[in-house]
Amino acid sequence: MAETVKPVIEFDHVSKIYPNGVVGLKDINLTIQPGEFVVVVGLSGAGKSTLMRAINRLHDISEGDVRIDGTSITKAKGKQLLHIRRQIGMIFQNFNLVNRATVLKNVLTGRVGYYPTWKMIFGLFSAEDKQRAYEALGTVDLQDKVYTRADQLSGGQQQRVSIARALTQTPQIILADEPIASLDPQTTKRVMDDLRRINQEMGITVVANLHSVELAQEYATRIIGIRAGEKVFDGPVAEATDEAIAEIYSGEEQEV
Amino acid sequence: MTAPSSLPKRKLQWRKWALSAFMVVGLIWSAWITQAHMGMFFQNIGQFTVIFQEMAHVDWSYTYYTVDPMIQTLKMSIIGTLIGSALAFPYALLVSRNIVTNKVVVGIFRFILNIVRTIPDLMLAALFVAVVGIGPIAGIFALAIFTFGMVGKLFYEAIETIDPGPLEALRAAGAGRIEIIRFAVVPQIANYFISYVLYAFEINVRASTVLGYMGAGGIGIYLQQALSMFRYDRVGLIVLVIFAVVLVIDYISGKAREALL
Ligand SMILES: Nc1ncnc2c1ncn2[C@@H]1O[C@H](COP(=O)(O)OP(=O)(O)O)[C@@H](O)[C@H]1O
Ligand SMILES: [Mg+2]
Repeated sequence: MAETVKPVIEFDHVSKIYPNGVVGLKDINLTIQPGEFVVVVGLSGAGKSTLMRAINRLHDISEGDVRIDGTSITKAKGKQLLHIRRQIGMIFQNFNLVNRATVLKNVLTGRVGYYPTWKMIFGLFSAEDKQRAYEALGTVDLQDKVYTRADQLSGGQQQRVSIARALTQTPQIILADEPIASLDPQTTKRVMDDLRRINQEMGITVVANLHSVELAQEYATRIIGIRAGEKVFDGPVAEATDEAIAEIYSGEEQEV
Repeated sequence: MTAPSSLPKRKLQWRKWALSAFMVVGLIWSAWITQAHMGMFFQNIGQFTVIFQEMAHVDWSYTYYTVDPMIQTLKMSIIGTLIGSALAFPYALLVSRNIVTNKVVVGIFRFILNIVRTIPDLMLAALFVAVVGIGPIAGIFALAIFTFGMVGKLFYEAIETIDPGPLEALRAAGAGRIEIIRFAVVPQIANYFISYVLYAFEINVRASTVLGYMGAGGIGIYLQQALSMFRYDRVGLIVLVIFAVVLVIDYISGKAREALL
């Protein structure tokens, strides 16, 4: 069955060594199919964020190849790289919204990759895209905040705005790097539920880093364990036994 | 860990004291080698009171003739401020470490900016009067360069304090460099920029009143003429007009800047 579907993310012997010599990723092989909800777990400093940023090439890898929907992002240049990136939405621990701008403006920036530069200099978004942004806000139930300044929202609301921004990209993949680390338990559930709905109803592949194993087991279809830059576990949630989890979390926590 | 029993004494800050002593000695020494005497300053105080009395008899009838040159001074300041700021904006991006990661590029262009900043406005005016001739064009050039140096530094310092998060988000969404600047940098700094431009305008109005003195157009020329003809009554009037205009502009601009930040 899996043979007939083209993988949406592939890692082919990927290693990442930071300029200061720290090994971020060690020989990672990985195949993620469309529609999966993958949660990456591991100690702080294990290399979870490094893995995320290798997927959309926010930083370059040292060895190997990363393919998105069959196309190598590692070898992509200029416009081609930008066009692959716009297929991949990203959500951050600190939301990364422009505080002084309205919610609508923030959400619209998810669309920037679809326009020529000169139109963007003047901020000329089409009515269609404004509608798209508004609908994305509907998905996270924040349509009443469309003209509110981003910094006037609560943390949970800001994170949902950033989900709407990612949705406005009409992405195939959404990456979430510790999306709930700055949130309280109630808003955490809200954000995770939104991500699950997006995954199940829109078929968008989700790859998320989470600190909490319980949440990973609750939301993921598949769990990947990273320890010191190496993939030490990869399997469906059912196989993530207590021993397997203990194995992922063995060793020293590192300063990040 | 055991709780400390009493507040430990702060270490004597040798560096701070040494630096202060060094500066005081330096000040006295520089006064000595330049042969500055406080006494000399007061020697001509009598002459000053005479002139001041003459200036106090303001020649109000001359008011009408100060309107046009004052407007020219304002025009010079506005155009000079706008040109200088427009040039400073892209330049500031070029010398911001969080926008341009190439250290050599940043280093070289910062060095150039620092050199520009060391040139006093009066010297710029003298230079441009020599190059483009007497008149307001020389004043505009001088103010544009002066503004460029001043706000260029303020601009890049503001750019370097912005939150890098939105830049990363835009990059992840497939935005190019210009789009990142447009949607992640500009919204974070726009208010600061406008405020700095207004601030530069305040300074430029003051500076441009004097620039005319070097032949760079505006009310300064009239001031120079009145002084050279010993018409202190007119000097008094011109000084009052400048004073009033500067006061009004500082007030409006100050209020606007308060509202912005
Ligand atoms: N820009 C960087 N330069 C050098 N080392 C880095 C950099 N970013 C992360 N690292 C190091 O790489 C390792 C993995 O970091 P990271 O992927 O952020 O871990 P995680 O997200 O799992 O907490 C850590 O040891 C961290 O110190
Ligand atoms: Mg991390």
